[in-house]
Amino acid sequence: MSQMRQLPAEPTCPGCEEPLERADLFCGACGYDLSALSQAPVDHPTVAITVPPTAGGAEPGPELPPAAIRYDDPPRAAPASGIDDFELAAPGLVPPRPEAEPQPVDPRSVVPEPTPPSGTVAKVCVACRTGRIDEDGYCENCGHAQPRERDHMEQELDAVAAVSDRGLRHHRNEDSFAVSAAALPDGSPAVVAIVCDGVSSATRPDEASAAAATAANEALLESLPRGTHPQQAMHEAIVAAAESVNSLATDPAHAMDHDPNRHTNAPACTLVGAIVASGLLVVGWVGDSRVYWVPDDRTAPPARLTEDDSWAAQMVAAGLMNEAEAYADERAHAITGWLGADAYELEPHTASFKPDRPGVVVVCTDGLWNYAEAAHEMAQAAPADAAARPLHCAQVLVGHALDGGGHDNVTVAVLPFAMPEQGAGSAYGTA
Amino acid sequence: MANFSKSRVPQFSVDVYQNEYLPEGGREVNAIVTVTSTGGGTSGAAALLTGAGASPAYIPGGQPPGGPGAAVVIMVDCSGSMEYPPAKMRNAREATAAAVDTLRDGVTFAVVGGTHQAKEVYPGNGRLATANQVTRAQAKEALYRLTAGGGTAISTWLRLADQLLAQAHAPIRHGIVLTDGRNEHESPKHLQNALEACAGRFTCDARGVGTDWDVKEVTGIASALLGTADIVADPGGLAADFTQMMEKVMGKEVADVALRLWTPVGVEIKFVKQVAPSVEDLTGRRTEAGPRAGDYPTGSWGDESRDYHVCVRVPEAGIGQEMLAARVSLVRPDPSGGTPQTLSQGLVRAVWTDDVAASTSINPQVAHYTGQAELAHVIQQGLNARKSGDFDGATAKLGRAVQLAAASGNADTAKLLSKVVEVVDATTGTVRLKAKVAEADEMTLETRSTKTVRVKK
Repeated sequence: MSQMRQLPAEPTCPGCEEPLERADLFCGACGYDLSALSQAPVDHPTVAITVPPTAGGAEPGPELPPAAIRYDDPPRAAPASGIDDFELAAPGLVPPRPEAEPQPVDPRSVVPEPTPPSGTVAKVCVACRTGRIDEDGYCENCGHAQPRERDHMEQELDAVAAVSDRGLRHHRNEDSFAVSAAALPDGSPAVVAIVCDGVSSATRPDEASAAAATAANEALLESLPRGTHPQQAMHEAIVAAAESVNSLATDPAHAMDHDPNRHTNAPACTLVGAIVASGLLVVGWVGDSRVYWVPDDRTAPPARLTEDDSWAAQMVAAGLMNEAEAYADERAHAITGWLGADAYELEPHTASFKPDRPGVVVVCTDGLWNYAEAAHEMAQAAPADAAARPLHCAQVLVGHALDGGGHDNVTVAVLPFAMPEQGAGSAYGTA
Repeated sequence: MANFSKSRVPQFSVDVYQNEYLPEGGREVNAIVTVTSTGGGTSGAAALLTGAGASPAYIPGGQPPGGPGAAVVIMVDCSGSMEYPPAKMRNAREATAAAVDTLRDGVTFAVVGGTHQAKEVYPGNGRLATANQVTRAQAKEALYRLTAGGGTAISTWLRLADQLLAQAHAPIRHGIVLTDGRNEHESPKHLQNALEACAGRFTCDARGVGTDWDVKEVTGIASALLGTADIVADPGGLAADFTQMMEKVMGKEVADVALRLWTPVGVEIKFVKQVAPSVEDLTGRRTEAGPRAGDYPTGSWGDESRDYHVCVRVPEAGIGQEMLAARVSLVRPDPSGGTPQTLSQGLVRAVWTDDVAASTSINPQVAHYTGQAELAHVIQQGLNARKSGDFDGATAKLGRAVQLAAASGNADTAKLLSKVVEVVDATTGTVRLKAKVAEADEMTLETRSTKTVRVKK
C-alpha cells in the first residue's frame, strides 16, 4: 500500500467557497441552497442474511453466466508457460506517476472558480463555522462530527483510478478500495483494483472493508510477479482477504465494544476485484459488489461480469422469480455471501475474460449500481473518454450515484483495458 | 503528582450504553452512563486490619500519609421518645458503640446527641477526636451517659456536625443521623435550610428506627447530602446496620466527585439521574462549570459502581449527520484549588439514519432503567393514593409496580410489595390491596422504593 495516496476532498460552497459538510442542504455561511438533488429512491443497504430464504431449501441455482461471460474455476495446475521459469523475475512495481496526481475535487461540485478565502484556514467546524475541533473529532461548540479522511477518497495510478464517497445518507464511509500496479514475470504490467463494501448490520464494517481490500491487494502484489495465473491469484487473494476479515472478529482490542445494534455480528464485507494483465481480464467476487464491462465503442454491448451473492440473484438463478419480481422484493439486497467470521462457507467466484476490443472495467459497490443497474445504464453513465481519463470517469460515476440520492456509500474503480499489441499475445493463452 | 499512580485513589472508568441512532427528525438522546471506581483496594474491614499507615483516603497534595483521611460525626436521637420502649435507647447506644469500633485508626470523629438542640457527647469542646484505642474506649464510655429527653430538631444536629467537620482537613467528611421520630420541634423550613447549607460540605446517611418517623424527612436528608436512607424497624438490628454503614464510609477513597456534563450549543438537558444503586434525580443540582458544562454532585466514592441516566434533546439534523450530544466526565476538585482533575470520560452521540431497524431499537440498559425509575415513581404514587384513601388508584399503581419489579428482576422490591398487596398475577400486574398492612412494611417499601437492580445478564 506504499503507493496509496488518499486525497481528501474539501467540498466547498459554490456560492462563497466555504467548506461544506457532505449532507449540508444549505451553506452555513451564505445560505446557498445545496439541496438541488432529485428525490432519492429507496435505500438498499447491504445487509447479510444468514439463511438463504430459498423456498423448498433448494440449492442456489447454477450461476448462469450472461452471454459472452464464462465462469471458470481457477486453474489448479500451473499454467503451461511454466511458473518456475519466472520465479526469480524482478517483481518491480510500476511506480505511480506523480504528475498524475489530480486536484482533489469533489465530483459533485462543479464550482465556478471562487475567490480565495480571505482569512487563514484554522481548523473550525464545518457545520457551525465557529467552534474548534476537539481531539475526539467533534466540534467543541455545536458537537457536530467532522468530515473524516474516509468520507471521500480518491486515488489515481497510471492505468487505474478509484473514488470512494460516504454518500448523502450514511454517517460514515464503510466502503474501501485498493488499486495497484504490478509487473508480471515477463515485465508486462498487471493492474489491480479491489473494492469492498462493509456489511452495515455487522460490527465495524469500515474496518472489515479496509482490511479486506488491503489484504487482497497485498496478496496480488505478491503472487502476480511470481507468475501465478491471475485467476488463481485472484482466488487466493479473496481467501487472504477473508482470513484478514475473520481475524478482526477475534481482535481483543474491541472486546469492550458496546455498540448495541451490532455487537452480535462479526465484522463482514463484500469484495470485488479485477485484474487486467496480458490481454486478460480477471474478476473475482464475494457478495453483491460488481464488475461491469463498458467497451470504448459504445455501440458494442456492455456487460455485467459478476453474479451477485444476493437473495434476488439466487431467486432468479433458481428460477423461482423473474428479475423484476426478485429485485422488487424487500429482501432483494440481502447478501448470501460475504467475507467474515460468521460466513458459512467461503465461495470465491472468479472468472476470466479475453475482451476482443478496448474498453473500461468498472468495479463498484451497490452504492453505484443501485443507480445504474443494467449494463447499458452503466455504459451510459460512464463518460465517453473513460479510458483516457479513468479518475474523471470514477468521479463522474460517483457523482451519478450522489445525484441519484447517494443513499449508500459509493465506491468505483475504473481500469482501462487496451487491446494487447498484435502478436504480443497472452502469457496465459486462453484460460 | 509522581506518586499519584501509586496512591490509593481509585481508577474511574466511564462506559456509555446508548442507541445513538435517531430517525429523521429525532431529537431525544438517552444514555446510561456506568461509572466504576476500582483499585482503591480497601474496604473498611481491610483498612481496620492494616491500621493507620494505610489510610485509603490519602490523596496527594492533601493529607500526609497516615494522617486522618476521613472525619465522621454520628448524630444520635436522644429525644424523649427514644425511651419508649427503653430498649430503643440502649440499642442506639450499642449501635453507636459498634460504629465507633469500626472507625479506623487516625479517622477523626465526634458523637452528637440530638434533641430539640444538639449536644456534643464526645469529645466535646467543639473538637473532633482522633480514633485510636483510647479515644474509642472514651467515646463508648460517654455513650453510656446518654439519656433520653426532649424534642427533635434535626437542623440543629446537622449544623453542629457541620461546624465540627469544618475543622477537619480530611477529604472524606461524613455524618450519620439516627432518628426515631418526626422532626416536630422546628418548621420543615429550618431543616431545609440546614440541608442546603450542609450540601456539598459533608455527606450523610440517615436511619429511621422504629416506625414513628417520617419517611420523607429521612430520605430527604440522605438525598440532599448524597448518602443512603434506610429503616431499621427493629432496634435490635441497629448495631449490625451501623457497623455496615461505617465500613462503607471507611471504604470511601475520593470525596466531592462530580459528574460533569458538557453539551454542545442548542442541546437541552432533559434530566440527569442516578439510577443505580438507587434512583436520585440530580437534574436540579447542577452547578455551572465553564462554557456549556455543568457539574452534578455524586459525593464520595469507594470501590463501587453507579449508573446514571442522561437524557438530552439535540437540534434536528439531516440523515447521515453525526454529532456529539454530550460528553460525560468524572471530575475531582484539586485539593489545592487548581483546575479540577478529570478522572474519566465517555461520549454520548447522535447519528441520524434512515435505517428504521437501527433507530427504533431501544438500548436494553436505557429500557431497564426507565422501568426502574417508573417503578420507584409508581410505588410512591401508590402509597400516597393508599394513604389518601384512593384505593382504586393505589391498586392500579401498586399493580404496575408489581409488574415492573417482576419483569426487571427486582426481587427485593417485589418482596416488599408483596407485604403491602396480595399479588394475583405479577405478569399482568393484577393485585389486591391487603386490608391490614404492618406499618413497618409500608415504611420499608416507601424508604426502599428507589432501590434499583442492574440489568439481568
